[in-house]
Amino acid sequence: MLSTLYAVLFYVATILLIVGTGMKVLKYAKTPAPLKIPVSPAPRTKKGVVLRMGREVTLFQSLFKSNRWIWIFAILFHYGMLLVLLRHLRYFTQPVWWWVELVQPFGVYAGFIMVAGLAGLLFRRIFVNRIRYISSPSDYLMLLLIIGIGVTGLGMKFLMPVDILAVKTFFLGLMRFEINPLPMHFGLLLHLGLVAILMIIFPISKLMHAPGLFFAPSRTQVDNAREFRHLSAWAAQLPPLPEAIPDAEEK
Amino acid sequence: MAPLDKNTDEAPKIVGDPFKIPDMECGAMADTHTFEAAPEHNEPLGFPGELVDNWKEVAIAKMGELAEKNRAFKVYLDTCVKCGACTDKCHYFLGSGDPKNMPVARQDLLRSVYRRYYTFAGRNFPWLVGARDLTKEVLDEWYTYYHQCSQCRRCSVACPYGIDTAEISMAAREILDSVGVGQKYCNEIIAKLKKTGNNLGLNPKALRATLEDLEEDLEDETGIAVKLPLDVKGADILLITPSADFFAEPHIDGLLGYAKVFHAAGVSWTISSYASEAANFGMFIGSYENMREVSWRIRQAAKDLGVKRIIFGECGHAWRVGYSFLNTLAGPFDFLDQNYPIPQHIMEFTSDALDEGILKIDKSRNDEFRMTYHDSCNVARGSAMGRKEGGQFDLPRKVLKAVCNHFYDMEQDTIRENTFCCGGGGGLLTDDLMDLRIKGAKPRMTALQQVSEDHGVTHMAAICAICKTQFSKVMPKYGYEMDSIMSVHQLVANAVILDGQVDDDDEDDD
Repeated sequence: MLSTLYAVLFYVATILLIVGTGMKVLKYAKTPAPLKIPVSPAPRTKKGVVLRMGREVTLFQSLFKSNRWIWIFAILFHYGMLLVLLRHLRYFTQPVWWWVELVQPFGVYAGFIMVAGLAGLLFRRIFVNRIRYISSPSDYLMLLLIIGIGVTGLGMKFLMPVDILAVKTFFLGLMRFEINPLPMHFGLLLHLGLVAILMIIFPISKLMHAPGLFFAPSRTQVDNAREFRHLSAWAAQLPPLPEAIPDAEEK
Repeated sequence: MAPLDKNTDEAPKIVGDPFKIPDMECGAMADTHTFEAAPEHNEPLGFPGELVDNWKEVAIAKMGELAEKNRAFKVYLDTCVKCGACTDKCHYFLGSGDPKNMPVARQDLLRSVYRRYYTFAGRNFPWLVGARDLTKEVLDEWYTYYHQCSQCRRCSVACPYGIDTAEISMAAREILDSVGVGQKYCNEIIAKLKKTGNNLGLNPKALRATLEDLEEDLEDETGIAVKLPLDVKGADILLITPSADFFAEPHIDGLLGYAKVFHAAGVSWTISSYASEAANFGMFIGSYENMREVSWRIRQAAKDLGVKRIIFGECGHAWRVGYSFLNTLAGPFDFLDQNYPIPQHIMEFTSDALDEGILKIDKSRNDEFRMTYHDSCNVARGSAMGRKEGGQFDLPRKVLKAVCNHFYDMEQDTIRENTFCCGGGGGLLTDDLMDLRIKGAKPRMTALQQVSEDHGVTHMAAICAICKTQFSKVMPKYGYEMDSIMSVHQLVANAVILDGQVDDDDEDDD
């Protein structure tokens, strides 16, 4: 019964995540940028922009320059999470890919790093005046949600082991549209429930910063306005202005 | 971290920390409300004269329209994670302590309303995501705090997602204009420009008389007939310069500098009375249409006069519009000489002239000045110069070093792309915001005081008309003479020696 419920939950969550995020991204891509607004000094070539964005995505370059504490916690969290996610691929692949095996030992401990990074961010949100001022309930809840996912995951790994093979059977089954029994383990059910919530709220929350980053004109535009004329479709439709100076204004 | 060595005789005196984060003081700037525009200022720009009855519906609809028409606005409203990296980056926050002057808090004034009407979470769970209804109080708050943003983009450099508060602030002002709540300073000026061709309302006759006076001054000084041509058809170069260059100090001295450089280079050039303004306040109010109309005059003037090139004088936001937007707004410029950048900055021209050895320079003529350079925000973060990335930082310094013996930069984190705004940009250069302007100048002034302490710097050069006016007003509040701010081309003018120049050894620099 609960297995069926979770199966449905994950189908729904997956659809909402993919369709919701896809629609948002499509919207970003289709919305015109009327002017060239790269924050300079900006690259003068496409290749330069790819490198700039590469540094932003992998090193959080701007954050590194602007706030070292947030940068440290953000790096710990995001890279910790990356390893954890890669490690989790083992529950969706059979046989497990060789490089996922390779990640496995790091992925286990990356969970601690991820939670530590999140705890640091939460600490700052609570204790740094300026950041508390700008925080809404959702900002705290988002951190608590991901911390909850991390802690329940670590709990299953180190404190109250779960029948992980059954879990894998359940997810491999879902991928073939079969529902296999999910172990009735409180930590597991909580872990999976929180993950489903995260997937569902992704497209309607600030988690959209991940894809949104690639659509920020201030970072992604090439600095070449003098060389190439940039014109948005709606601006091209504006009524034409006269080429000659109107007579009344002639000196 | 104990300040044991500070301010002792041996160690250089620490005058202050430009980055010092003030204690938060809620509402500190809530009463700083710039004068609102009258109907005669709003209507010529295509806006309702005064607050419309259905302002709420109009404002919400406008917000939605902007999210459809401007990717930056849409994406920036969605992607902020409230990390807080920008919170200590705004000079107005550093100077005032008002938390609503923190960039993210400033954005949230609008984002909270956007969420309420345009997002699933805000429509259904407003308390959860900090969404709120649009009320008259909110509208007033927008007016107050979006006119405490100089659109300098320092926060955008700090943001991990490149969120640019300037874009939000421009959009907010456009929404305000669309319901009939304009700012007097900006809207009055744009209306004036549409009538006379410049922000001052200077008519062609007065402009000609001013330029003739300046020609006389130049001839008295050098013994050479250096011209400041107006409306000369068939000239090669059209100079587009801020109208402040015609009447304000130290702007005029910069204009004389361009004239000397053009004279020495032997090029033919002209000013246009129809497009006698580089400034484009359409940018400050976020109005594409107004910005386009103002820019279009440059195209019309260039065609009418039959010039081959366009060169911009020293003006910060004008150069952002010139460099980044002009081709979009008033292009394509296929009728101009494609061998030169369109448009070109006077700094690029002077830099090339120096490289080619056209200018005869006597650096010692600037020995009385110990200089530093203030990177103007719009030049630094909204434009570029030359062929290499970062030319907007390097070219002015190169020119300054070529004409001065004493040049020292301020602290690295307060210059180049991290430069602090002067405190008067973005349509805030009005006397009714003087308190804000003085507070906003504090980080820059602190960095200047430090370089004065360390290297005996006496003067600061800039290439922005707004910076120059702002500093000449606020520097006296920080212990400097009002003429401690100089045009870069003023220093060029001092040092350049024209062929056949006779010096009467009567150097009166101000």
